[in-house]
Amino acid sequence: MSWHDISLTVNGRKYRGHVPARLTLVDFLRDHLRLTGTHTGCEHGVCGACSILFDGKAMRSCLIFAVQADGATITTVEGLAPDPAGLSVLQDCFWETHALQCGFCTPGMLIAAQALLNHNRAPSDEEIRDAIGGNLCRCTGYKQIIDAIKLAASRLQGANDPVGPMSGADNG
Amino acid sequence: MADQVFRYIAKKRRPKEDRRFIAGAGRFVADLSVPGMVHVALVASPYPFARIRSIDTEKALALPGVISVLTGAELAAGTDATLPGVDAPKVKRWPLAHQFVRYPGEWVAAVVAESRALAEDAVELVDVDYEPLTPVTDPEAALLPESPAVHPDHGSNVLFHKKWVWGPVEEDFAAAAHKLSFRARWHRSSTVPIETFGVLAQWNPAQQLLDIWASIQMPKFPDQLAKALRLPGNGVRVHFDVDVGGSYGVKRGLKHSILAGFLAKKLGMPVRLMEDRLENMRGGDAQGPDRIFDMQVAFSGEGIIRSLKIRALDDCGAHAGRAPLQLGKPIGAICGPYRVNSVEYEAISVTTNKTPQEAVRGFGQSPTNFALETMVDRVAATLGMDRLAIRHANLIRADEFPYTIPSGSTYDSGDFQTVLEKALTAADYPALLAKRDAARRAGKFAGVGLACCLEPSGGNSAFEPLFNPKNETTTWMEATTIKIDGAGAVVVSINTSSSGQGHESLAATVVGEVLEREPETIRVVHADSLAALPSNSPVGSRMAIMLGGAAAGAAKKLKETITAIGAHKLGVALDAAEYRDGAVISRADPSKKVSWEAIAEIAHRKFHELPPGIEPGLQAMHVLEVPTGGTLPGPDGRVQMYPCYAFEVHVVYAELDRVTGQVALGPYTIGHDCGVMINPDIVHGMTYGGIAHGIGAALYERFRYDESGQFLSGTFMDYLIPSAHEVPDVAIVDHCTPSPLTAFGQKGSGEAGYLGAPAGISCAVNDALAPLGLNITELPMTPGVLGDLIATGEKE
Repeated sequence: MSWHDISLTVNGRKYRGHVPARLTLVDFLRDHLRLTGTHTGCEHGVCGACSILFDGKAMRSCLIFAVQADGATITTVEGLAPDPAGLSVLQDCFWETHALQCGFCTPGMLIAAQALLNHNRAPSDEEIRDAIGGNLCRCTGYKQIIDAIKLAASRLQGANDPVGPMSGADNG
Repeated sequence: MADQVFRYIAKKRRPKEDRRFIAGAGRFVADLSVPGMVHVALVASPYPFARIRSIDTEKALALPGVISVLTGAELAAGTDATLPGVDAPKVKRWPLAHQFVRYPGEWVAAVVAESRALAEDAVELVDVDYEPLTPVTDPEAALLPESPAVHPDHGSNVLFHKKWVWGPVEEDFAAAAHKLSFRARWHRSSTVPIETFGVLAQWNPAQQLLDIWASIQMPKFPDQLAKALRLPGNGVRVHFDVDVGGSYGVKRGLKHSILAGFLAKKLGMPVRLMEDRLENMRGGDAQGPDRIFDMQVAFSGEGIIRSLKIRALDDCGAHAGRAPLQLGKPIGAICGPYRVNSVEYEAISVTTNKTPQEAVRGFGQSPTNFALETMVDRVAATLGMDRLAIRHANLIRADEFPYTIPSGSTYDSGDFQTVLEKALTAADYPALLAKRDAARRAGKFAGVGLACCLEPSGGNSAFEPLFNPKNETTTWMEATTIKIDGAGAVVVSINTSSSGQGHESLAATVVGEVLEREPETIRVVHADSLAALPSNSPVGSRMAIMLGGAAAGAAKKLKETITAIGAHKLGVALDAAEYRDGAVISRADPSKKVSWEAIAEIAHRKFHELPPGIEPGLQAMHVLEVPTGGTLPGPDGRVQMYPCYAFEVHVVYAELDRVTGQVALGPYTIGHDCGVMINPDIVHGMTYGGIAHGIGAALYERFRYDESGQFLSGTFMDYLIPSAHEVPDVAIVDHCTPSPLTAFGQKGSGEAGYLGAPAGISCAVNDALAPLGLNITELPMTPGVLGDLIATGEKE
């Protein structure tokens, strides 16, 4: 099996890696970089738990080899908050509406929702369902997730910064 | 109690545990890594039933990076088998197949290597020689004497078979004006959490101690693990601070943990076994009830249901565990929310060459509720009565509680009519019927379903002695410890892992409520099994009642101690002092006060200021027996199963696509009464999620096997879990009838939604099919099944 040198940017930090060709990106993120917030649920591209932002688009990191990420810019759940102690508006809204239970699908849900909000600040219910339609959740029945995304959209519409993920009040 | 004013309970509060999950900072078992950790992959049986002639591991062991290959013979020699929950001592299970493989996907050998990828490579190099045998795949066929026995030593496939008669069943049937019978089929599905099961085991030879981190939700897991590994109970330490990525009953990875523990001890290396999705679906031993109901009902011309005869045949797969007991719990709500005079119940559990069944949310109650509600609709249809009227005529009335059903359980409290009326009002039932009728006029297949279902809660184990007289378990206690340090900080210790139920929020809210301290300031930890008090884990919708009750009990003890210390410091008699907001004041002169911090300091540092008889330090523990528990079943099998009964009404609108058979659901309304909700957002979340899970069981999810016994549903492309597209917007209407048996009037809610959704959806689909003269009593009603049924019906 061939081995490859890669370099990529994850959550704003540059990393280099030496990886076998068959290593998936999710295994690279979890096992090599120890970014364990991205989860594996099926490893065949259905459940969405391993979703990441890959050059700005939500993708399944179980269906991408690490070598294919050479030169890419990636955001994982650990990179959504504006600083290590804070939360993004979206994360704060997930907390506010209790948009999770066991928390296992949550990182992928957050990524899918963030990808939507990055280009659509006033999504309809149907657009929200479409955006998270590839992410399976077994706990919530999706209702409080959809509520969270709607709440985040309304908060972001009222914010001064029209683009960035913003720190929410960490005030549980 | 309904008018009780709470500080923190029943209020909107952000759950404590959510904070770490939204940051991606959960600590799931796959996130753990210890130096020198090695990985397991599993060789799986390609046959449903075969004798193992030989296993050649030589090529696998020769692969660089491979450390060991373990087979069933060595494992069986070095561990004790686990046994089923019924009296069947020759139905033995080991984590790896021994002599026979009994289902497709059963684990035959475990390969240990430096990485999971290498272990998977080596799996391909293990050569197993099998002698295929004729499998048994049909549960009715499994009953026949000529059928091959899955466990030849046991002699037949019948694990459990018993018929109970509670009340004058034959007399009631003879006297009834009407009788009807039908068969209902609940096919095999499960909870299928998005996290597969995983375990990390580390043996410490210097301490003779096995450390286990596992995604576990299982009563008495540490005891059973230690026993199987032939270790003393204090030779295993299970770390309950592992976050569990969903379970809803099934995360009982005892076999996985025995295997990993055995390997860790044998190899002297930390061993991780993390199922991949296929291993989980076919060999994870976590499929669910697979049940045939033969229902008979006797009723009057006015639609009064008098008596039931239920035969439930359950296919538990190749091994049993607690699976047969899932026929037992429904005895506690065997006639649902209805007034029924007598019941006959015949419960049969059989083995077949399928993946073993595990506990699934509701422990057999949701299939039973589906059969009961189908029955009520059949009675209405037979008499030409309205489905609502027949429910009103038979529902137990609010003034009849506590109400004892023929099988011996007493329902604690309820107001079924009010919940039904609230749900119908919220759903605008007349408008819903008008919508249905308009859709039908437009050529669509539209239906409205109603289901009235119970959620027994407070998880006791009364079915254990009922199904196995050798098992005299009469307590399923739960415990909590609270410590207040010298500066007044509170730590609550719970004794089990959590898989999304919000136990940290629950414990903090309850302790905060009793001690009048802000729950946000209270830290909740999960003790490991050596430090923990007894727990029976979060099963059977029990933790609001049992953990909530234990935490309240410990907090009340602390409150008494604090009051005594404060009174002593104030120099007043105990009854002249009052606990208020965490401080102690003099009733006569409220300006005289000893603060929370001062009392904590006295308790920890100033023995000379402690009243006589009070221990230094400030801590309390409380162990709670299940309310109404503690007794063995009577000779007729009558027993109080669970203490508390939550009630739910589903009002479901469905439209069926004529060609594809796809069912579009919504509007969907649920009326729900689980007493006092300690955290409404958490209760609502579980209810929405339970409905989504019920939609899966009703319409999509099925573990399929072909006629030769091969397993067909090992991926999420074959086993379909509802996504945000299939789950409609659900409206919840709350009602609160407090339980008289619990600390705050709370009941359980962990199975809410799931216990009634399959029944409600089935009723809606059948209403939609009625104009075609069609009906269906099999779940799941997949698009393919419904499409074919409609096509057949239209042809005729």
